[in-house]
Amino acid sequence: MPRFAVIVFPGTNCDFETVDAIRKAGGEAERVWYKESIKDYDGVVLPGGFSYADYLRAGAIAARQKIIEEVRELAENGSPVLGICNGFQILTEAGLLPGALRPNKIPRFICKWVNLRVMDTETAFTSLYEPGEIIRMPIAHAEGNYYVDDPYKVRIVFQYSDESGKVDEESNPNGSVMNIAGVANEKGNVLGMMPHPERASDIFLGSEDGLKVFRSMVEWVKR
Amino acid sequence: MRWKVRVLVRLKEGLNDPEGRVIGNALKNLGYRVESLKVPKCFEFFLESEKPEEEVEEMCRKLLANPLIHTWEYTIEPVE
Repeated sequence: MPRFAVIVFPGTNCDFETVDAIRKAGGEAERVWYKESIKDYDGVVLPGGFSYADYLRAGAIAARQKIIEEVRELAENGSPVLGICNGFQILTEAGLLPGALRPNKIPRFICKWVNLRVMDTETAFTSLYEPGEIIRMPIAHAEGNYYVDDPYKVRIVFQYSDESGKVDEESNPNGSVMNIAGVANEKGNVLGMMPHPERASDIFLGSEDGLKVFRSMVEWVKR
Repeated sequence: MRWKVRVLVRLKEGLNDPEGRVIGNALKNLGYRVESLKVPKCFEFFLESEKPEEEVEEMCRKLLANPLIHTWEYTIEPVE
């Protein structure tokens, strides 16, 4: 069974929920403290939260810890590396994904359900979705305003949209360039996303749409 | 040698600074004719180094700033 490490930094949260979601998706998962090693795992998830209290810039301090070098090695070897919310911020700060996450356009913490349009189903995390599928997940962040010099050069995986899939300014919760909610690296084995798939992994939570992120990841390793 | 260092990190020109906008608006509401207020980050520290400029430049690039969205400047003064 594919084994995933869910890395815990000081200030991380959502780690237990992420472990639960991976197990539900058919994988094995363990929480791993950032001072330990992740060398023996098939993949890694950087969960949400507020590592190092978001001091300096969200994700900046965590991105400079030793364990990120092991994350980099896993990524280079083609293993799945998923960053959710704070994890996305860490991956951009570490240079594993392009761009940067800035404070929201309206500078406050946003916590709400959003619709996403799946733009790329060729990645390790989206192979079980239909191209253009509209899914629902919650966001919860203060620094989710994605910026990149040339958005046409990045691999856009999710865009904020309305219920019908229309991608416009009104459906953009945080000011992200081109409504970008998630991007992948060129190979498609590293994904960063601001919405929380683990909080949409059980019908009891209001949606199961996020579970396919973890299921796709488990299938990818089995292949 | 010991140095006193002050680093200022600013958002690049043209990038939206929401914190600056809110503070600027609050000052406007108090009646001041403030325009395009920005909130740079300031870091002050002492540094033991033989090559302070090289090291401070490296610190900015590696951690204190994000070169994609920030510019930086610094002053380095010897400490007696």
